[in-house]
Amino acid sequence: MSLLYKNVKQLVFDIDNYIDTVEHGVLVFKEGVINYLNSEQASFNEKIEQIIKLEESADKMQRKIDDHFYRYSILPQNASEIELMLDRIDEIIDISKDNLLQFDIELPYVPKEIKNDFIRLVEASVESTLNVFPAARAFFREPLKVKEMLAKVYFYEKEADKISRNIKRRLFHDMNNLDLSQKMHLRYFALHIETLSDKAEKLAEVMSILALKMSI
Amino acid sequence: MIILVFLSSGLFLGWSLGANDAANIFGTAVGTRMLRFKTTAIVASIFVILGAVIQGAGANHTLGKLGSVSTLAAAFTVALSAALTIYWMTRLKIPVSTSQAIVGAIIGWNFYTDSPNDISTLSKIVTTWVAGPILGGIFAVLLFILIRKLTKKTKTHILYLDIYIRYGLLLVGAFGAYSLGANNIANVMGVFTSSVNLPILDFGIIQFSSTQQLFFIGGVAIAIGIITYSKHVMETVGNSLMPLTPEAAIVVVLSQALVLFIFSSQGLSNAVQSIGLPPIPLVPVSSSQVVIGSIIGVGIYKGSKEIKFNILGKISLGWIATPLIAGMVSFLLLFFVNNVFKQDVGGDRQLITNLKPIFNTQLINEKSITNDSLVHLKNENISEQKTKYISPEVTKNNPITTNSNYSIIAISLLIIILLIILYYVFKYKKAFLRMESRQKVLDEQYKTKIKKLEKNLEDKILIQNELDRELKFRQGEMTTMAMNIIRKNEFLSDLKNEVIHIKSGIKEQESRLALNKLSLMIIQDLSLDRDREKFQMNINKENRNFLHQLSETFPTITDNEKRLASLIRLNLSSKEIASILNISPKSVEMNRYRLRKKLKVHPKTNLHDFIKEL
Repeated sequence: MSLLYKNVKQLVFDIDNYIDTVEHGVLVFKEGVINYLNSEQASFNEKIEQIIKLEESADKMQRKIDDHFYRYSILPQNASEIELMLDRIDEIIDISKDNLLQFDIELPYVPKEIKNDFIRLVEASVESTLNVFPAARAFFREPLKVKEMLAKVYFYEKEADKISRNIKRRLFHDMNNLDLSQKMHLRYFALHIETLSDKAEKLAEVMSILALKMSI
Repeated sequence: MIILVFLSSGLFLGWSLGANDAANIFGTAVGTRMLRFKTTAIVASIFVILGAVIQGAGANHTLGKLGSVSTLAAAFTVALSAALTIYWMTRLKIPVSTSQAIVGAIIGWNFYTDSPNDISTLSKIVTTWVAGPILGGIFAVLLFILIRKLTKKTKTHILYLDIYIRYGLLLVGAFGAYSLGANNIANVMGVFTSSVNLPILDFGIIQFSSTQQLFFIGGVAIAIGIITYSKHVMETVGNSLMPLTPEAAIVVVLSQALVLFIFSSQGLSNAVQSIGLPPIPLVPVSSSQVVIGSIIGVGIYKGSKEIKFNILGKISLGWIATPLIAGMVSFLLLFFVNNVFKQDVGGDRQLITNLKPIFNTQLINEKSITNDSLVHLKNENISEQKTKYISPEVTKNNPITTNSNYSIIAISLLIIILLIILYYVFKYKKAFLRMESRQKVLDEQYKTKIKKLEKNLEDKILIQNELDRELKFRQGEMTTMAMNIIRKNEFLSDLKNEVIHIKSGIKEQESRLALNKLSLMIIQDLSLDRDREKFQMNINKENRNFLHQLSETFPTITDNEKRLASLIRLNLSSKEIASILNISPKSVEMNRYRLRKKLKVHPKTNLHDFIKEL
C-alpha cells in the first residue's frame, strides 16, 4: 500500500505537470500565430521549436500516466474514461502544434484588412481552450464543480465560430483583390484555428459527463 | 477424534458461511479490483477467528435459550440440516442466511423432541431479523451522507481518494469480518456448546474455555471457506443486487459490521443497560439481510431506480424458505438418526425411550420420585438429570451402552455415505465447471472465428468494390478513347471531303497534286491510325478474360467478330463502331447480324445485354 501511495503521489504530480505542459503549448500557439501575423519571423521560429518540444514532452508524460494507471490498477472502475479524457487533452496540443507548423510550411498570405480578425479568432479559440484546463484540474479534486467551470469554454467556442464565419464571409464576399486560391487557403487557416476551440468543447463534454458519473 | 467427526457438520456449516458471507464483506472490493483477493482472504480469516473467540459468546447464549441441543448426535444432525439447506440453496444461487437455517434446524429439533419453543426468545430473534436490515439501511444512509460530505469538504484528489478507499475497504472489511465472526459463530458452533465439553486451555495470561475452543475451530472452518470458495461467490453474486461503487461498498460493509457488532457485543449491551435503557438482544443476525438492507438504504437515498427488485424478490423468498426447509430437514434427519441409528437426540422423546428399561428394572421403587422429578425437569438440564438417574452400575449393564458401539459405527457409516455423496456432488460440480469453462473457451474461439470471417468478408467486399471501381474507370477510359478516335476520324473524314471539294474547284496542276498528296495522307491516317491500334491493344488487354471465354464458348468465332463483340460490350453504337473500325455503319450492321447468328442470340434479346452477361 505504501508503494501504491508513493506511485499515486508521482501520478498526481505527473497529471498536473501534463496539464500544465498542454496549457503552456496552447499559449505558445497563440503567441506563435500572433508572431506570424505580425511578421516576427525570429519569434515565430522560436515558438515552433517550443511547441514541438512541449508536444513531445506531453506525449511522454501521457504514456507514463497510462502506464501508471494500468500497472498499479489505479481507479480501476474509471481508469479507461480518465485515459480518454487525457487523450482529449493531448489532442489539444497536437492540434496546436500541427496548426503552427502549417503556418510555417504553407506561409499563408494574410492581408492587413483581415489580420485583426485572425488575431481575434486565435484569442477566442485559445481562450476557450485555456478555460478547459482549470476544469480539468478541478475534475481531480472537486468533480462537482467541473460543470460550472466549463461555461466559459462553451461561450468562447461559440465566439470563435462566429469570428471564423465572419472571416470566411469577408474573404469570399468583400475581398475581390484576392485570388480564389488565396481565399481558400485563408479559409482553411480560419478553420484550423477554430478546430482548437472545437477540441476544447469536446474535452469539456467528456469531462462533464465523467465528473457527473464519478460524483454519483 | 469422535468429537471431530461429530463436529464435521458444524465445520461444513462454517465453511459454507465463510464461502458465502465473505462476499458481503469484500465482494465489491475484489469485484472492482480495489483489493486483491489474497489480501482480503488473509485479513478476513484472521479477524473472523478473533471475533469468534473474543466476542462469540453473547449471541450463542440466545441461541442456546431457543433450544439447548443436548447431545452430540443431535447437534451433529441439526448442524448438518442447516448445512445441507444452505448448500442446496446456494446451488440454486439464492442468497441464503446461516442464522435462519440454524434457527429453523433448532426449531425442527424442538418439534422432534417435543421440547417447548421459547416464544420470547424466538420473537426476539425474529424481531432482530427484521430490525437488522432496517438498522443496516439507516446506518448506510447516515454513513453515505457523512462520507459524501466529508469528501466534498476535504477536496481530496480522486487518486488519493482511491487509496483512502482501498485502506477504508480493508479496515472496514476487517471490522466486518470480526463482527461476522462474533455474531455468526453461534450459527456454526452454537449447537455443540451444550454437548461438547473440552478441557480448559490455560496459557497463563489467557485461558480458553471449552466454548472458546469450539469457536476457534468454527472460526478456522469459516476461514477455510473464505480462502477456498469465497472468490467464486464474490465474482458471481458480488453485484447482483445493485452495482456498488467502492465508496458505497465501504458504507454498506461498515453498516453491516456495525449492526452485527451491536447484536453481539455484551459490553455495549451492558453499557446501554447502565444508562437505564433496555439491553440490546444478542442475537445472530443474517449478514446477507443486513447487507441487502444497507444496499436498499443507499439505493433509496440515491433514487431507487438502480435496485433490481426481481433479485430482491428471489432473496426474500429465500428468507422464508430457509428456516422452513432447514426445520423440515432437521426433523427428518433427527427421526432417521434417532430411529435407524438409535442415537440419543435429547429432549423428552429420548428421555422416555431410553429411561423405560431403567425405570422397569432398577428404579421401580423410586417410581413416585422419578415421576415427580420428570414433571419438574426443564429442557436445558434434561441430560444432566438423566445422568443423575443412571448410576455407573446401571450404565455397565445397560443395553444403551452396548448399543452405543453399534451406533458409533452406524454414525461413522452415515458420515462416510455423506462424504461419498459430497465427493460426487463436488466431482459433478467440478466437471460442470470444467465443461462451462471449456464451453466459454469454445464460445470465445467461435466468436474470434466469426470476427475473423467477418473481417475477411469485409476485406473481400472492399477489394471487390475496388475492382468494380477500377473496372468502371477502365471502361470509362476506353469509352473516352473510343470517342476520341471517333471524333478524330470524323474530323479527318470531313477534312478529306473538304480537300476533295477544294481540289474539284482548282485547275492549277501543282496545287491539285499537293491536294492529292494531302488527301492521300488523310486516307492513310484514317486506315493506319496509331490511336486505334493502341485502343485495340487496350481492348484486348482489358477484355482478355472475356475474349478467352468467348473463344471457349464459341470456338468458331473470328478475330474481327471478337473485336466487334468487345466494342459492343462498351455499349458503343454501330455508327461509333464503324468510325473506330473505319468501315461503313452498314458493314457494322451486317457484322452485328452475323455475330448474332454465330452467338445464337434470340431475336428478342439485345446483343449488348447478351454479351455483357457472358
